Amino acid sequence: MTDAPDLALPPADSRRFRAAREPEWRQLEDILARAESGSLRKLSDEDLLALPILYRGALSSLSVARETSLDLELVNYLEALCARAYFFVYGVRTRAGSRIKDFFAHDWPVAVQGLWKETLASLLLMIVGALAGYVLVQSDPVWFDSFVPTELASGRDFSANAETLRETLYHDEGADGLSVFATMLFTHNSQVAMLCFALGFAFGVPTAMLIVHNGSMLGAFMALFESRGLGFEMGGWLIIHGSTELFAIVLAGAAGFKIGWSVVFPGEMTRIAAAARSGRSAAIVMGGVVVMLLVAGLLEGFGRQLVTGDATRYAIGLAMITLWIGYFYIPRGARHG
Amino acid sequence: MAEFAAVNRRALTGRRRSLVTPEGVDLHLSLAEFGQRAGAFMIDLVAMILALVVFSILCLILVASLGMQSVEIGAIIWLLGFFLLRNFYFILFEMGPRAATFGKRMLGLRVVARGGDRLTADRVIARNLMREIEFYLPLSFLGYNVAEGSAGGWTALAGLLWTGLFVIFPFFNQDRLRIGDLLAGTWVVNVPKRKLGIDRLQQESRAESFAFTEAQLDVYGIYELQTLEEVLRNDHPDTIATVAATIRHKIGAAPDGFDRDFLVAYYDAARGRMERGLLFGKRREDKFDRTEFRPGGGG
Repeated sequence: MTDAPDLALPPADSRRFRAAREPEWRQLEDILARAESGSLRKLSDEDLLALPILYRGALSSLSVARETSLDLELVNYLEALCARAYFFVYGVRTRAGSRIKDFFAHDWPVAVQGLWKETLASLLLMIVGALAGYVLVQSDPVWFDSFVPTELASGRDFSANAETLRETLYHDEGADGLSVFATMLFTHNSQVAMLCFALGFAFGVPTAMLIVHNGSMLGAFMALFESRGLGFEMGGWLIIHGSTELFAIVLAGAAGFKIGWSVVFPGEMTRIAAAARSGRSAAIVMGGVVVMLLVAGLLEGFGRQLVTGDATRYAIGLAMITLWIGYFYIPRGARHG
Repeated sequence: MAEFAAVNRRALTGRRRSLVTPEGVDLHLSLAEFGQRAGAFMIDLVAMILALVVFSILCLILVASLGMQSVEIGAIIWLLGFFLLRNFYFILFEMGPRAATFGKRMLGLRVVARGGDRLTADRVIARNLMREIEFYLPLSFLGYNVAEGSAGGWTALAGLLWTGLFVIFPFFNQDRLRIGDLLAGTWVVNVPKRKLGIDRLQQESRAESFAFTEAQLDVYGIYELQTLEEVLRNDHPDTIATVAATIRHKIGAAPDGFDRDFLVAYYDAARGRMERGLLFGKRREDKFDRTEFRPGGGG
């Protein structure tokens, strides 16, 4: 306290205190208003140097006011001002570029590594779904309609002959709507992936259902093309983008399971703390899943239309999955050495 | 910590949470109320719809000016724009320096990490991806039913229940967390841009014409004093008359007609006496608080 209260004075101590400090509070308010309305570039060097000093001054004023002043208005004002200044002074201000670099170099692969158990479970569920779809449709084609919605099948069902089906593998959707189709697939798949993540909160059950359903659709399609002797060609059509897309969906499912698991079995932590911890690491994975689905959309829209050789399609698809696995699971040192 | 010893009653009740800065001062953050959260969300929703309309018109203009062969490009831009708006409106805004969307800014709210950690991108992503099940899923479900014209009683009821579950979720925890906040470890707090009002003490008052005895000034505590301050700031004639009558009755002063002047004078005198008491370590929280109080032992 700079101005020690004089006890001989009438009840003016807190008034004098306020009059002495108010210009500084106003200055801090002014700097904050400019900083919040735009970018840091609006602040002069003097402002930037003054900010921490003014902030600490306001904090000290708040402490003094709480102890000595009964002016509610003053205390409320200082609390709001200090909170605003605190979040500005201690807020994160890393540049977007370095943040993105950190994400790809470290945060994302490490988060994916942390989910390896859930990823295996998710993969297993998808394979189980695919096998179920395949076996059921092969035993009785009637099952096909219950696995694959008619809009999605768009003519690719058991009433079609082998020639039409072969056409769809090499010239699907026509050259016109090609990139629009790719965009639609990307946005749709991303939405499904995010749903997989969010539904994990319901103990992971809806996530598991979505993954199995996705797998069963895949299995049903395989059974259809296999029955027309197009199994190998279908594989090439699928793998060129599917290796990336299905991996992304498996990861989204894994992120959902991670959340569901920690809500059901929080371990040593409280349920809320456990949910918050797994929610954050799962969110990092999801940020990357959207990137993967973008890559898958590009491969599907462009790669698949331009590359029609089966062998090349297999090569690209397998190369992609090798790349992803290498990128995620090669061990990394701790951040910053 | 000395700071905690003096924390007054107000700070510990209601929706206030402790956040101690590295300088050792507790900021007593106040959590946003449900109404504020809902209001901010409505504003954001309107902003998103407006943005979508403007964006769609821009796409149409683009297609119209480039000719029919550009329909494809227009469609791609629109699809991607819609996707970005839907999923990243909240995320991008909350990752900015204000950590608040447009609606939250208007209502003086911001997102903070629980317990004073830094608000990192993963928290922002987690809390906003959960909107997928809290809002978008029931919405698309409803839209699907309407479009199909098959809004069957049971499916509609299931959708309503699902949405209702998430809407009422904030009422069932103390911190007013929605599922997204719970999962991301975040709070939404009030950080209003407050203007400093005039100090009641600085106004001219006719204090000379009122003289109070120490006993009269010691009737009330801090809580009553600050309630009186609010009454004076709001300045409703009816309330002032009622409060003046109550205080006069309590301290045994005769009515003289100048209610507001009487209250200002009483506030000034009582606050001066209590603030002097504070310097001697006397803090009387309200009129029932007799622990530290010795009648006549003040200044």
